[in-house]
Amino acid sequence: MESQLALIEQSLNSRYSLWVREALEELPHNFIITDPTISGHPIVFASPWFLKMSGFSRDQVIGNNGRMFQGPKTNRKTVMEIREAIREERAMQVNLLNYRKDGTPFWMLFQMSPVFSKEDGRVVHFVGVQVPISRNKRLTDDGADVTWNEIVFGSCRREVCSDTLAKLGRVLALDTDTNCRGVETEEPCEASDLEKQSAATAISNIFSVLTHYSESTGRLVCGKRCSLPAAGLINSSLNIPLGRIKQSFVLIDPQLPNLPIVYASDAFLKLTGYDRHEVLGRNWRFLSGVDTDPSVLHQVQESIRVEQACTVCILNYRKDESKFWNLLHLSPVRNATGKIAYFVGVQMEEKCERQDRHGLSPEIRQLGAVGAVKVAVRSSSIGASCSKS
Amino acid sequence: MMLRIKRVPTVVSNYQKEEGEEGSRREGGCGRNCLQNCCLQGACLPLYAFKKVDRIVAEKKSVGVFEHDKNEPPVAFLDSLLLGEWEDRMQRGLFRYDVTACETKVIPGRYGFIAQLNEGRHLKKRPTEFRVDKVLQPFDGNKFNFTKVGQDEVLFQFGASEDGDVQFLPDAPIDAENSPSMVAINVSPIEYGHVLLIPHVLNCLPQRIDRDSFLLALYMAAEAGNPYFRLGYNSLGAFATINHLHFQAYYLAVPFPIEKAPTNKITTLDGGIKISELVNYPVRGLVFEGGNTLQDLSNTVSDACVCLQENNIPYNVLIADCGNRIFLLPQCYAEKQAQGEVSPELLDTQVNPAVWEISGHMVLKRRKDYEEASEENAWRLLAEVSLSKERFQEVNGLIFEAISYKGNGNGTDSENLLEDANVEHHSVEEVNAINDSSHPAMVTGSHECLVLQ
Repeated sequence: MESQLALIEQSLNSRYSLWVREALEELPHNFIITDPTISGHPIVFASPWFLKMSGFSRDQVIGNNGRMFQGPKTNRKTVMEIREAIREERAMQVNLLNYRKDGTPFWMLFQMSPVFSKEDGRVVHFVGVQVPISRNKRLTDDGADVTWNEIVFGSCRREVCSDTLAKLGRVLALDTDTNCRGVETEEPCEASDLEKQSAATAISNIFSVLTHYSESTGRLVCGKRCSLPAAGLINSSLNIPLGRIKQSFVLIDPQLPNLPIVYASDAFLKLTGYDRHEVLGRNWRFLSGVDTDPSVLHQVQESIRVEQACTVCILNYRKDESKFWNLLHLSPVRNATGKIAYFVGVQMEEKCERQDRHGLSPEIRQLGAVGAVKVAVRSSSIGASCSKS
Repeated sequence: MMLRIKRVPTVVSNYQKEEGEEGSRREGGCGRNCLQNCCLQGACLPLYAFKKVDRIVAEKKSVGVFEHDKNEPPVAFLDSLLLGEWEDRMQRGLFRYDVTACETKVIPGRYGFIAQLNEGRHLKKRPTEFRVDKVLQPFDGNKFNFTKVGQDEVLFQFGASEDGDVQFLPDAPIDAENSPSMVAINVSPIEYGHVLLIPHVLNCLPQRIDRDSFLLALYMAAEAGNPYFRLGYNSLGAFATINHLHFQAYYLAVPFPIEKAPTNKITTLDGGIKISELVNYPVRGLVFEGGNTLQDLSNTVSDACVCLQENNIPYNVLIADCGNRIFLLPQCYAEKQAQGEVSPELLDTQVNPAVWEISGHMVLKRRKDYEEASEENAWRLLAEVSLSKERFQEVNGLIFEAISYKGNGNGTDSENLLEDANVEHHSVEEVNAINDSSHPAMVTGSHECLVLQ
């Protein structure tokens, strides 16, 4: 798992200059930053205030998915809403019941916002800000657990003076809330305007740090998508579902000249020894070498032309020029309009795996990856025209 | 009076088509490698045994996320086993069409209804009559049932592990004595990975929920561990076409409108199970979630289902969010249809509002309907499916009486099992009493066209 740790480490470093961590750590807010381009969509940064509030240490948080803070009483529909916002790469704000390390739940206002790369419009990170919601006892709907009433507003030491004002604001807000709460009785209470304000301030402060520290690397980020993703790359919302698939595979875009690779999985990089940027954009044949049988290459080319699946055994070369037999399965992948959007090529190193008599056959696992890719591509293009009200 | 509707039955198995064309064949070395005695000798299928867990699992951790790696099951249930076997059947050409070649879209609007144009699903079958006024009908071995599917259509056997750990055997003999549960493809898929879960297939249970079978379905949702892999159930009279106990499932990575609908909490039961009512959704229904154990949740919902079927109320169930949220929807569309109360325009679309349609995934057969699909149209159809407000209240009354009577779950496991067994016994007798008033014993003939295929 070292490579995963390295990716997480690099996640901020590759985008921002070195001092960004320090600057983020100084912000008096509860927040985390996640990276949707790494498989598992892990947390890559957690603010000291956040760690203090949640009771977890940095090591327990970094590398995990944000759902580690959810528990049995977390509203499932809210979780779904967050998942959808991530999928659709948009900002969102909800009230969420999270759990501390010691198992005590607490309500907070969760505000999430995607961070876009200015140059190609792709989502590079998500920022998630948590503002604890102060609650009034009479609004507790799961009466037994009132533990969250003892919430400490750890996030606001610098804003002590505003605290009394905040309380006043909350009391006012609560009065109106009890009268006009909608059908969602599961929501404990609306966050007050002050809490919302506080979340907005946090988001804005975090973005100004991120923008500032991205300037010096030349890889600018912004809070709004400023350009459409360039042709030749996959839609960045495909990253999360594709990142879940553990096997070695690439996506090839048949619409583009020379059939370039537009996505390569972590396992592919591990198998071949290349870095991602050395793979993307290259023709699918680039793993072959002098001893590769040209008739096999031709066979693959032919099945792409006639839009059929094929399985071949082909001699390939790693970056270090070592050879391996690649049991390659290639299959067309259609998008939501039913048209072929990609070819997926799943690689399997021909060797020992067969001795594993208790597992699934390598062929079935390979086909499983094909299936998972098909579902990801079809589903991620289905909502392309989806309007969100 | 007996209520019937005419509809094109869905072809779920290639062996079903054959039967329709050639008339039912008797067993005896049938040569098609089916699941009946004639072909079971020495037969093997993969076996996936899940670990029984008490707590409801949330979404499974994905790839390479550190600490839990050592506990990883030998086989990824959804991503490798189910999808791999499914894709394998696709490459072998077992499906009637390539569902990924069917156009699909999210209809603009507040809820995001999903439309699919599927022109191939209902071809080559003539409309058949279905009786829709009896939710419980005895199993009829002469009709198509899942013991008649070919073994090539079965993906794997699915059951609880005996030693408490996930187990996978690539080639496990079929233990007919214990009647394993099986997962088979639906040869007319409505999305990728469309399968049928058939509890204890060889026991030939009719389409009727019981505690054990429902728990099995919840375990499958939990095992898949992906909120976009959902299971569904249609009772007879609510567009089930095969009277042999089965759940359906498929994989579509978008939220369903029903999952987005606001809910209003009605109550929280002793076991921590929260029951809410859907609001601002065209079909009235209940949502069950939470609870201290998976079994508590399962028992409560299955008791509610048992109550509905014993009261002869057709219903659909959606198991969503890895088994964490369950939607229960009593319906009356087929009844209205049989009584001529559904408008011709709606009937013309030939959309049968079963669990997927009710959840907001509409499979349309005509390009015209697909192109004109709108939230309004979807809403109009689904509004016809829903019980009236008054009737829904009445039905809720029955449900709450049933679950508060049984569902407190304070008893020990063995007590629950005993109770369970009694309940089942009771209901079997009752069904037979109801159905067999005119003809004795287990129905063997097809007398009154119980489920017409």
